[in-house]
Amino acid sequence: MGERERTLVSPAGGAFRGRAVVMDAEDVRRATWRIAHEILEHNRGAGNLVLIGLQTGGVWIASALADVVHAVSATDVPVGALDVAFYRDDIGLRPVVPAAVTEIPVDLGGAMVVLCDDVLFTGRTVRAALDALSDLGRPAAVQLAVMVDRGHRELPIRPDYVGKNLPTGRLEMVDVSPEGVVLGDIVIPGELVALGGTVAPEGEAR
Amino acid sequence: MTPQHLLSVADLGPEGIDEVLRLADTFVEVGRRPIPRVPALRGKTVASAFFEDSTRTRLSFEAAAKRLSADVMTFTSSSSSLNKGESLRDTVLTLEAMGVDAFVIRHSCAGVPAQVAGWLESAGAASAAAGPGGAGGTGGTSGAGGAGGASAVTGPRGASVLNAGDGAHEHPTQALLDCFTISRERERRFGHSPARPAVLSGLRIAIVGDIRHSRVARSNVIAFSTLGASVTLVAPPTLLPPSLCGWPVEVSHDMDGVVAKSDVVYLLRLQSERMNEQFLPSLREYTATFGLTAERARLLGPSALVMHPGPVRRGIEIAAEVADSPCSVITTQVANGVAVRMAVLYLLLGSGAQVGA
Repeated sequence: MGERERTLVSPAGGAFRGRAVVMDAEDVRRATWRIAHEILEHNRGAGNLVLIGLQTGGVWIASALADVVHAVSATDVPVGALDVAFYRDDIGLRPVVPAAVTEIPVDLGGAMVVLCDDVLFTGRTVRAALDALSDLGRPAAVQLAVMVDRGHRELPIRPDYVGKNLPTGRLEMVDVSPEGVVLGDIVIPGELVALGGTVAPEGEAR
Repeated sequence: MTPQHLLSVADLGPEGIDEVLRLADTFVEVGRRPIPRVPALRGKTVASAFFEDSTRTRLSFEAAAKRLSADVMTFTSSSSSLNKGESLRDTVLTLEAMGVDAFVIRHSCAGVPAQVAGWLESAGAASAAAGPGGAGGTGGTSGAGGAGGASAVTGPRGASVLNAGDGAHEHPTQALLDCFTISRERERRFGHSPARPAVLSGLRIAIVGDIRHSRVARSNVIAFSTLGASVTLVAPPTLLPPSLCGWPVEVSHDMDGVVAKSDVVYLLRLQSERMNEQFLPSLREYTATFGLTAERARLLGPSALVMHPGPVRRGIEIAAEVADSPCSVITTQVANGVAVRMAVLYLLLGSGAQVGA
């Protein structure tokens, strides 16, 4: 699986070349179970919980967490999907095209919202998500769950629930899927692409 | 990559049209939110310059720009310096010097948006040659606040031009919103999930009425056939263009036969204000032969859609009860217009086309 290669969409282009398997499918499953339990513990049940995955990498995590919550507490937690493209601060600097339509199934007023994403990197996607949420309603509180925290924050944002803390280099890429977490690089035929600063938001390793 | 201007729907091609339609889906969702506004184009300025009367297109563009948090300048020719003898070119360059990122232009003469785009590009090239900090003719690209760093990296780029209707030439955003309405309305009503990007492939679309004076007809013929639909024009010979050479259409004068086998019947308004000679014996005869009367509407198939770009002249090209019947999607067209124009503005102004330009 470490050899897994994926084609990435623009702006990065090129392909993801995995170098090291950091978590396998079983590790990801266990982390999901642990995070779901932590969410239930911290919020004292699934009361007015709403899980919102960030498009596209966080959507499967939100529904995986909802499955565990359902299995543990027999409660159906609403699951939404949020695309933050129009709230990003790098519009105009690179092509920012929404991946999918935002779907929020319930009124967020007074809800305990848990934002779910695959990788927490600079924090700029989460900043955009917080802005988007405030246009969609007024949650009682917002928490953040991520499968991988890779560091390099550019904003004062920290996760409430973390699958794995993974020290990385700025130019490395992290690929997260239900099959596992792979650390690797972006390869454009013949060269290693520098992805630094504001043009490499977290969650780009899809 | 993304074009700088939208002058003709032919510039987009099937992939470009599909990209606009998919982006419009996300803006339809934005329109349903409690706060139907996103900060995507903060700091950008959109000037709507309508040198010809319009209500729905101008308001639709302005609503779209405002929902993207852009600033909107409205220019109306009746109260402008054009009446004092200023040329169109000077008017446009004056507006651009105030910092405009996009011009939405309607004019009664075909080709004006393309001409304006040319002026803006040559003005932009001239001030680029003068170096940064020059005359400031392209102040629009520097935007506000944090965008300053961006323009330093990317260099000046002239303002974008959106054609909002030029003479009898083109009306590209109308064609895009019509394609959007047909494909999404058929999906919603019948669960059809057309293969993309050719979202209209296999559909039979009839465009009925004053083809000769209609920019909507020209843009729609291009857009519909680009997406794979087969288009039939229905009109009296006097209201067809002098030549249809090169148009990918069939022509019929048998309204009953075409209505019975069309998936979409697209009616056009009789543009009496552009008719400087006698094109029709009488309006009553036109209605009897080419109008979508209540009797004729019974020939429509169960899944047929009736469309009209507005303004509707009830009782002439379409009977009032047909315009209000479930097969009519005329108000849906208007609602979709805002989302589609948001998509176009966002693609031209917000998608990072300035990087490496």
